[in-house]
Amino acid sequence: MDVVVVVVVLFVVVLVISAPLRRARQTDAAWTGELAELEAAREAKYREIRDAELDHRTGKLSDADYEALDSVLRAEAVVILRQLDDVKERAATAPAPASGR
Amino acid sequence: MAPVGRTLLILALLIAGYGIFASLYGVRTGRREWVDSGRRAVYSLAGVTTVAWVILEAAFLRSDFSFNVVAAHSSTTTPTFYKLAAPWSSQEGSLLLWVWLMSLWSSLILFLTRHRVREIAPYATAVLLGFGAFFTSLAAFFANPFATSANPPSEGAGLDPLLLHPSMMIHPPMLYSGYTLMTVPFAFAVGALITGRLGSEWLSVTRRFALAGWLFLGVGIVLGARWSYTELGWGGYWAWDPVENAALMPWLCITAFIHSMMIQEKRGMLKVWNVSLVLASGTLAILGTFLVRSGILDSIHAFGASTLGVPFVILLAVMISGGIGLVLWRREQLRSDAQIDSLLSREAAFLFQNLVLVAMVFVIFWVTFFPLISQAITGTKVSVGPPAFRPFIVPLALVLVALAGIGPIIAWRRVTAANLRRNFLIPVLAGISCTVILIAVGGVDDRPFALAMFGLGTFVLASVAQELWRGVGARRAMTHELPPVALVSLVRRNRRRYGGYVVHAGIALLLIGVAASSSFQHSRNVTLMPGQSTSVDGYKIAYVRPTVAATSQKLSFGAVLRVSKGGHPVTTLRTTRGFYPSQDPTQGPIGRFFNGEADSNVGLRAGLTRDIWTVVNPDLTPLQSRISQGDALFTAAIKKTESASLHLPPASAQTAMSQLWQLRDEAIVGIASRYVTHPWPINFLFIVDPLVTWIWLGTLVVILGGLIALWPVPRLVRRRAKAAAPARTAPAPVAPVREPA
Repeated sequence: MDVVVVVVVLFVVVLVISAPLRRARQTDAAWTGELAELEAAREAKYREIRDAELDHRTGKLSDADYEALDSVLRAEAVVILRQLDDVKERAATAPAPASGR
Repeated sequence: MAPVGRTLLILALLIAGYGIFASLYGVRTGRREWVDSGRRAVYSLAGVTTVAWVILEAAFLRSDFSFNVVAAHSSTTTPTFYKLAAPWSSQEGSLLLWVWLMSLWSSLILFLTRHRVREIAPYATAVLLGFGAFFTSLAAFFANPFATSANPPSEGAGLDPLLLHPSMMIHPPMLYSGYTLMTVPFAFAVGALITGRLGSEWLSVTRRFALAGWLFLGVGIVLGARWSYTELGWGGYWAWDPVENAALMPWLCITAFIHSMMIQEKRGMLKVWNVSLVLASGTLAILGTFLVRSGILDSIHAFGASTLGVPFVILLAVMISGGIGLVLWRREQLRSDAQIDSLLSREAAFLFQNLVLVAMVFVIFWVTFFPLISQAITGTKVSVGPPAFRPFIVPLALVLVALAGIGPIIAWRRVTAANLRRNFLIPVLAGISCTVILIAVGGVDDRPFALAMFGLGTFVLASVAQELWRGVGARRAMTHELPPVALVSLVRRNRRRYGGYVVHAGIALLLIGVAASSSFQHSRNVTLMPGQSTSVDGYKIAYVRPTVAATSQKLSFGAVLRVSKGGHPVTTLRTTRGFYPSQDPTQGPIGRFFNGEADSNVGLRAGLTRDIWTVVNPDLTPLQSRISQGDALFTAAIKKTESASLHLPPASAQTAMSQLWQLRDEAIVGIASRYVTHPWPINFLFIVDPLVTWIWLGTLVVILGGLIALWPVPRLVRRRAKAAAPARTAPAPVAPVREPA
């Protein structure tokens, strides 16, 4: 009984771990990391814009302060969006990552 | 099944080793399939350790004393509920629990991020599997939970009576979940440092796990405090014990990180600080585990001296030196993208709060380890104890509470004088009013720190209430919803913000409770005969009668007490002290039932304004002469019956011994009954403690806030927000798109 349990567990482990190795070979594109980082920065900037808006509505920011802050945040978001476009453009023109054995 | 368990531990070690290799090979060669295989090694580790854990639990439930760990930490009389919890009362079981929980949390984050953080995740996988390999090695080679004995005893030693408490069922798994969850941000921080991807990505991935670790560890700490208050019989909930401190340090550190990571997300600042906090939290979590395992510092929670100290010291050395090395290596990329615009901003408040939290960690670390430091320098272990913490921690806690009130009502980046006035007026007035009223009522003049905590706590509660009020007002102005509906919508759509505010309110309640209960406690240690009474803080407490109870598990000696105030009955309290049979045969056949491990069952009347707490500490010396007589009689009788049994058929021998055990049990009950029939003066500790309940209520509020902040944002809100924000940031003029608050 003990041996059967160990063999079954071992079989399942080998099956689970080796599954990706039995697939076609995959390579990540060089720009993947940069793109993910910029997307995270974009999400954080959007959140900051929404937070500033809520701060304004709840009275933590005056109209003048909010307008000044909002335009700064929008400008920062635009920079991130442009960087994202650049990376996506590079990605579109770059050769596709390797896939196959 | 013990051999299966031992084999699974070896298999787990091999899986961890393979996973480390596959992840690193995959990321270094850019071959995705190897990275995926490494990630699946973590899933497999979780699966294998789950099977191992089930085998161990089954052994405890079956009372299989061939497992050494079961024989040492359980018995046939241990209630089933506590048999389930018994594995983590042992060194061996808790190591397996650590690696099991770590593998489960690691599997969860790696599954959720399988399509994200592709550069960082393989290194994080390798680090997490490194932790897995370390703890599996300890369980496999140093403290194996599947070690067996060829001649198992017929009965186990039983669970430590102090652990027979409901919170012990969840306190250790909560603490361990907190510790193991803290390895997740640690692993991703290492991955971010190695790859140089130090922006927002790794923060966004690990934020929820850092928050979950913070919540689990916090709940674990408070459950431990509750256990101490209701089980240990000294009347307190926090003793600045090394193991308590070991849990508090990473919790404070990760609290700092949860705040400062927002500054990096929003402003690209504090990158060095954030990775340092995460690395420190992970290292302190391992240090906490090390303190419990090694027994290097005296603690009621520690497992005693063991051989695990050296491996832990090596691991900690690798974590500290590796962390410092990586931060120095990436110091250029860790430079801030911006600077704080104004000292009157939320960033500045967060930064100051971070400094206070880190100062607290430093104080706690220094005082906790002072015995070891003093021993290293002077050769003498000097313990400084709780009084050494208070002069530093109390003022720092006051500053922290003040900042918990300032944070929610101060804006990011910049604040004008008019806005300061508008946002601070009501909360400051509330804090001042509370302070003035308390001074007018009296009784607080000689406790300035407590008075300050009440004032600042009120300031925090008012600032959070004001934020919710204004948020609901803003929401209603747009949607015309009913106030309760607007409140729910507001919180649902801004979970991080309002979850955090609720946590601040909970912390304020908790610290008000701590300040009141530690500054205005009245206690009396008194010896009473039945019919006598004493007074504590205006309450008359009368010792009505003694009680005794004998079960197969323990002998309980207790008391019934009647509490009244101004002639009016308040409550009736019942307290007992239970004595568990000792397994030491030298205690004698009767004496071992009176001289074993003991636990206290406190008499408690908890209330919103004050707790009335008592514990009995019966002196059993008056029974000692009869216990000695019984020991002599039964030792002789047992020898005689055993000799006679050699000449009897087995069934008759067994009957003779059974009759003797029955007589012994009757003798024990007879001796114990004298506690009631011939009562003698008994020692009691009485405590009247204000606002202790606020600590537990504050914790519930903190848990609620933590869950709100942890809960994923609804998909609809995310989609709307994503659609709205790009439109508003488009360079060309566009019609304003308003996302409802």
